[in-house]
Amino acid sequence: MKLSDLHAEGTRERIGTVTFTPEDIIRFAEKFDPQPFHLDADLARQSLFGGLCASGWHTCAGWMKCFVPYWTGEMKRLAAEGIVAPKLGPSPGFRDMRWLRPVFAGNTITYFVTFVAAKDLESRPGWRINTILCEGENQDGQPVIRFESKVVEFP
Amino acid sequence: MLHFEDFPAGKRFDFKPVEVRADEVIAFASEFDPQPMHLSEDGGKASILGGLAASGWHTSAMMMRMLCDSYIRDAASEGSPGVDSMEWKKAVLAGDTLLGSCTVIDARVSRSRPEIGIVRLRAVVTNQRGETVAVCDYANMIRCQTAGEEA
Repeated sequence: MKLSDLHAEGTRERIGTVTFTPEDIIRFAEKFDPQPFHLDADLARQSLFGGLCASGWHTCAGWMKCFVPYWTGEMKRLAAEGIVAPKLGPSPGFRDMRWLRPVFAGNTITYFVTFVAAKDLESRPGWRINTILCEGENQDGQPVIRFESKVVEFP
Repeated sequence: MLHFEDFPAGKRFDFKPVEVRADEVIAFASEFDPQPMHLSEDGGKASILGGLAASGWHTSAMMMRMLCDSYIRDAASEGSPGVDSMEWKKAVLAGDTLLGSCTVIDARVSRSRPEIGIVRLRAVVTNQRGETVAVCDYANMIRCQTAGEEA
C-alpha cells in the first residue's frame, strides 16, 4: 500500500501533543540554542517574545516526537488488518517553516500531519517522494508552527 | 555587540568544528526521534544511512548551536520568523566532525518595526571529508544600532 492510498489528499491527522515545561525548554536551549529568551524568564520578558519560550528547533523536534509513535501505531493498525504499511525512508528536508507564535513555557502543542502530494522518482522505479504538511497549535487553537516536509517512500 | 548594520550581504561567519558523539545521537533520538537508525550502530548499519546516524532534527539543532556560537550570541538577535528551506543532503554519522559557515544573503529593515532588521542567511554544514551534509536558508531578526548605544 502507498501513503497516498492510506490518506486522501488534504486529510489532516492529529498525531499527538507535547507540553513544553520550563525545565525542558531550558534544557534543550542550554544544549542547542542558548539565547536569553530560551534560558531565563526575566530576560525573556525584556525580549520581543515577552516570556520564556521554546527554541523553534525544540518545537520542530516535538512534531517528530509525536510522528514516530503515531506512525508505529499506524503500521500496527494496518498489520492487524493484513495490510502492509507504506515503507517510509529518511527525509531529504523541509521547506517554508514558519514559527508563527512563540511556544511559551507551560503551553501544550497539538501536532498534525496532512498528506499533500506524491511524486514518482524517475531514477528509481517504485520509489516516491511524498510532500506532507506538518502543523502545531497551542492549547488555545492558535497555530504556532507550520512546515512542508518531504518523505521518501520505497517499495 | 553586533547589530543589523553589521550584516551586509556576503558577510560570513565560520563554525567551530563539533564532534558528533554516539551517546548524544542516541540521547536526542531517544527523546525526539526513536527510530532504529538513530538509536544503535546495528540499527544504523541495517538502514540505508549505513551507520548510527543523527536524526535530521538533531543535525538541525547542532547547526543552531554552531550559529549561536559563531555570531548569534554576540548579536542583538530577536529570534527568527522561520526557515525557507533545509536540505539534509548526507547522513551525519556518530564520530563525524561538523563544521561550515553561514553567509548573509540579504538584509533589510522591517517595515512594521523600523528598529528591527531582517537578515536572511544561508548556513552550510560540512563534515570532516568536506562533504556538505546540510544547507539551510533562514531569517534572523536583529536589532538596529540606535543612537547612544555602544557598538
